[in-house]
Amino acid sequence: MTAVTVAHDTEAATLAVFLVLFLAVTVVGFVAARWRRASLDNLDEWGLGGRRFGGVITWFLLGGDLYTAYTFVAVPALVFGVGAQGFFALPYTILVYPLVFVALPRLWTVAHRKGYVTPADFVRGRFGSRSLATAVALTGLLATMPYIALQLVGIQVVLGTMGIEGDWPLILAFVILAAYTYQSGLRAPALIAVVKDVLIYATIIVAIVYIPSKLGGFGAIFDRAGDALSQKDPPGALVPGTTDAQVAYATLALGSAMALFLYPHALTASLSADRAETLRRNAAVLPAYSFLLGLIALLGYMAIAAQITPSTPNYAVPDLFASMFPAWFTGVAFAAVAIGALVPAAVMSIAAANLFTRNLWREYVNPDMTDAQESQVAKIVSLGVKVGALAFILLLPTEYAIDLQLLGGVWILQTLPSVALGLYTRLHRYALLAGWAAGMLVGTAMAIDQDFKSSVYPLDLFGLHVNAYEAIFALAANLIVALIGTAACRALNVPDGEDATTDEDYVERDAQAAPLPATPGQEDRAGRFGRAVRQT
Amino acid sequence: MATRRRWWYLLLAIPFVALLYPPLYARHDPELLGFPFFYWYQLLWVPLTAVLTVLVYRREKAARR
Repeated sequence: MTAVTVAHDTEAATLAVFLVLFLAVTVVGFVAARWRRASLDNLDEWGLGGRRFGGVITWFLLGGDLYTAYTFVAVPALVFGVGAQGFFALPYTILVYPLVFVALPRLWTVAHRKGYVTPADFVRGRFGSRSLATAVALTGLLATMPYIALQLVGIQVVLGTMGIEGDWPLILAFVILAAYTYQSGLRAPALIAVVKDVLIYATIIVAIVYIPSKLGGFGAIFDRAGDALSQKDPPGALVPGTTDAQVAYATLALGSAMALFLYPHALTASLSADRAETLRRNAAVLPAYSFLLGLIALLGYMAIAAQITPSTPNYAVPDLFASMFPAWFTGVAFAAVAIGALVPAAVMSIAAANLFTRNLWREYVNPDMTDAQESQVAKIVSLGVKVGALAFILLLPTEYAIDLQLLGGVWILQTLPSVALGLYTRLHRYALLAGWAAGMLVGTAMAIDQDFKSSVYPLDLFGLHVNAYEAIFALAANLIVALIGTAACRALNVPDGEDATTDEDYVERDAQAAPLPATPGQEDRAGRFGRAVRQT
Repeated sequence: MATRRRWWYLLLAIPFVALLYPPLYARHDPELLGFPFFYWYQLLWVPLTAVLTVLVYRREKAARR
């Protein structure tokens, strides 16, 4: 069998289907503003959809938000390139949900009670520390920006496979995205996520049945993939054989699982739920997406078995689809990926805007903002963030965005002690800040030392050799500093910040079982938050 | 949360043990439907974890009443 090089010509059927679906989704985005109609002139409505998304919508929004176009392109690309290591995405997304189930309802409850919109809001209230909150906000912003840029890579890849080169289609797609996000806020990606998920599920279910049938079954696929991988330099593997590979695998899964819900966009999607109960229910059902991701990862092996030779690994799956599917269905698949970029890009830009508006602008520039002003600033920032991401992808090599996103994953995990552990225990604010700094330093240094080629670092310390995910090393340093620092600060009676929350704020009461009332109550809460900020 | 009162949360620790120790499952055999053990084992833990989560969810709901 000879290698298969897929020509990137423009097939009429593929393009037509793609455009129709894209247009449909654009209409949905604009119409979304009318759904559960309320004034979008306050941040709760624009930035959190009014905190009223029930079980089904939350499922689509979270799933659509967490499983991004980049995920669908990059995970199989990694499996295509190195084999088993790329599959860590599956245990990672399995382990997310028990963590979510336990911790997230608690965060939802205190956020709902105190009017918090961002993780930095929570940290501000819990620890009474401006600097710690700012550190969390900046980390969130820095981690989110490259992620938005990489969604564009997902769109670029499918456009490229359809023979559409050049910048203008990307710019057009993003202008449309920017327009309806501006107008509708979180409602837009929430509704679009429904369309996206239907398309993704359809595509993957068909792919997982149809493609193996053309390639001789899964046994043949794994055999051929295993052979091809072992002949590479350095050799890949179907199963991680060495201790080094296994430790790397486990720490990648654990570190990524712990980090996922620290990302601002995951929290934005979560805080928009109508009650804590919704999050628990979703934690039980969202694993369906994990199964989907496992299957998507296997597409990488199918591409190897089909002898696809893409120009870069990111083209492995688009090329596979183009060569295996009838032209019209390829259009559906590509639309799924492209739309799969829009949802997270929208939510990420909203989350970044929320962070900037609440925790940087309101904190340092205009503490007396009205709700309408808050919403207005957020809208503009969301726009700016998207423009920035677009410029980044168009003007700089894609490599930079990928490197920054790798760092972003390491960085965001450093907010775990303050945001996640902070839900249960109060370490000292200065110790947390020092721990955060230590984690950022260690993680960044390790990434640079690896030239960003790997997120795994071979550490040789005290005669031990540990080959693990950089973010885990960084978190370890972070926690050690935070714990020792807390003990030291307490022993030296260093003044700690005030805790604006009480134990009851984290506990759901029966009153919370009912969905929230209309906007006036939320405006009052947002107002109270603003006043609380000014007082501290 | 008092772990003595809410022991069922420990069920959620099971997937961590099952997945974070690769030597447990990093092998080819036994194969299932052409899938090496490494792959079908992990895929199986998706519905298994969902079941555990639902169990804990139900218990939690009952305890809240």
